[in-house]
Amino acid sequence: MSYFELMGFGPKGWGWPMLMAAGMTVAVASCGFLAGSVIGSLIAWAKLSRSIVARVFGDGYTTVLRGIPDLLVIYLFYFGGSALLSGIGQLFGGSGGFIGVPAFAVGALAIGVISAAYQAEVFRGAYTALARGELEAARSVGMHTMLMFRRIVAPQVLRYAIPGLGNVWQLALKESALISVTGLVELLRQSQIGSGSTYKPFYFYLTAALLYLVITTVSTWGFQRAEDYSMRGLRRA
Amino acid sequence: MAPSSQPAAVAIRDLHKRFGPLEVLKGVSLSAAEGEVISILGASGSGKSTMLRCINMLEVPDEGEVIIGGETIALARDRKGRMCPADRAQVDRIRSKVAMVFQSFNLWSHMTVIENVVEAPVHVQKRPKAEAVAEAEALLAKVGIADKRDHYPSHLSGGQQQRAAIARALAMHPQVMLFDEPTSALDPELVGEVLRVMRALAEEGRTMLVVTHEMGFARDVSSRVVFLHQGVVEEEGPPAQVFGAAKSERFRQFISSGR
Amino acid sequence: MDLAFMAETFVKLLEGVPLTLKLAFSSVALGAVFAMLLALMRMSGVGPLDWCARAYVFVFRGTPLLVQVFLIYYGLGQFRPTLQELGVWWFFREPYWCALTALTLNTAAYASEIIRGGLQAVPHGQVEAARACGMSRATLFRRIVFPIAVRQALPGYGNEVVLMVKATSLASIITMMEVTGIAHKLISQTFRAVEIFICAGAIYLILNFLVTRAIMALEWWLSPHLRGAPEPRARLEPAHV
Repeated sequence: MSYFELMGFGPKGWGWPMLMAAGMTVAVASCGFLAGSVIGSLIAWAKLSRSIVARVFGDGYTTVLRGIPDLLVIYLFYFGGSALLSGIGQLFGGSGGFIGVPAFAVGALAIGVISAAYQAEVFRGAYTALARGELEAARSVGMHTMLMFRRIVAPQVLRYAIPGLGNVWQLALKESALISVTGLVELLRQSQIGSGSTYKPFYFYLTAALLYLVITTVSTWGFQRAEDYSMRGLRRA
Repeated sequence: MAPSSQPAAVAIRDLHKRFGPLEVLKGVSLSAAEGEVISILGASGSGKSTMLRCINMLEVPDEGEVIIGGETIALARDRKGRMCPADRAQVDRIRSKVAMVFQSFNLWSHMTVIENVVEAPVHVQKRPKAEAVAEAEALLAKVGIADKRDHYPSHLSGGQQQRAAIARALAMHPQVMLFDEPTSALDPELVGEVLRVMRALAEEGRTMLVVTHEMGFARDVSSRVVFLHQGVVEEEGPPAQVFGAAKSERFRQFISSGR
Repeated sequence: MDLAFMAETFVKLLEGVPLTLKLAFSSVALGAVFAMLLALMRMSGVGPLDWCARAYVFVFRGTPLLVQVFLIYYGLGQFRPTLQELGVWWFFREPYWCALTALTLNTAAYASEIIRGGLQAVPHGQVEAARACGMSRATLFRRIVFPIAVRQALPGYGNEVVLMVKATSLASIITMMEVTGIAHKLISQTFRAVEIFICAGAIYLILNFLVTRAIMALEWWLSPHLRGAPEPRARLEPAHV
């Protein structure tokens, strides 16, 4: 069977399953990325806080999660999560056997926790880039802290953060390939399944690589557009 | 000046401010009646900017009182013994009556000129948007940059940015305006356009406290001149008097040195 | 927490450290040579060379490392007869060589961009000054451009080395028993994910701390001009050139 027949959309083609799997990759990476934004902004807040305890916690979080392999974190969530669930199951009179955790949730959570460490650095950097004087001007017109955060800080932090967030998104996307070890049928897992039943591994991994390239290229373009739009107030009329 | 029963627009009493071991203000008192324009002169490090920043609590004084329109800003000590405003809401309310113009303009860079001017009236003072926009347009025309309405700050010259910042301050309907070296960051040829706007404001009868190095402005526009030296008021009086026959030797040196 | 179990686990995991380090350092060293070549291709001004290097960087940075590993280890198996004929099958049959190949090709793509950034950051005036005193292109590159670029690129390269130490963990998926591989085996035997995670994580943190320190020391050693003025000498010796 030729490559195009194999990857086509005919009755024996693997086109649809591969495209669906690509959709799953985008879905799990997006959920993880969004979870990472929430956790990451809390960590950035801790790192910028005046409290030493919060700062140490924030710095510890980013150092540890950027220093250990993502795969280990995924194993922790996958196996640790099922141990936790089994424990809870036992409490309620279950047999105490191995309970599988939902792979999508584990994957998104693991990506979220890891990408939070990188996003925290991005947010912190963006906040530091904010001109102090503009905050002073906000206070001098009587804005209270929440209003200042909403109207002056958040829009600008987001703007300065877009390029960095684009990089973190690419990381999350590539990390999502590791989620295949939990059995979630995303792009890489689908390729493994396909190679197993057709003995054409090269074609499947090649297709997976091409689909990843399409996704990364489209997202690069999207972030570039977002950056251009957000930078409309800076330089050049 | 006629003694008035009305409270002063701004008064500070015996203000002290320390930064670590350095005492920048060593007991400064000053009061400005409604409609007065006070120029505050002094070498750099004399404490003049700090004094101005204490008035709207961008710096919290260690000792002393700040009274705006008869209302004293309540201060308290926090757990570490530092002074802090006792009532945040009071500070926010008072700040919206005391507008400040900064040396480095501090326009919000993610908003256009008109958005900068409308921001505080709409979101702090909760005035209707349409009314605020109409007024902002009038203010921009008044400071001479109506055509820059939809430009972002980074597209403007320094002089235009400072005039936009003045419009932003005016939009608050302030009872008092504070100017912190408003022309020091400008190229010499742009200073004039900002001073013209400030002179017009003075002629309208606004209460203004101006920290400046512009001797011409101090002499011709202000109703009173205050000279700070090492954290104390060294010389004070109407311009004619202080520029003509200053009591302080230091002040005579200061003005003859050309600054 | 069971301290005896953790101590035992830690010792078992330490057995994987040599393989982790071997993979990390071999791939970084080989990748650096390859990266230098790619950077020079990008900056050569020769259309096809530039274009090839661009495409290479685009492909290897735009796809997950694990896909690259699978493509080499499993994917090339599809062409086994041909590879056997060519006499290179022994290489692609071994997970170690496949992992090393994937890691090397991957780091080369990222590192070439770091090196290119360093080369571009060399101040133009300093290059001109060197030209003005008649340096040949080769001398100029060796004496001026390269040393400055290395200093500029070093912090970024430090990050890349840390990323590579982490990336070696993917070799465990194709059966290599480095630190993560051993950790995975232990977890599937004991299901004590948390304790094993802590031990393995600690090992990686220590490794990366040492790597970061080493790079910082190298940076300090290479940047005498940023260290602050030395004590003035009694007399300036004429330089021997």
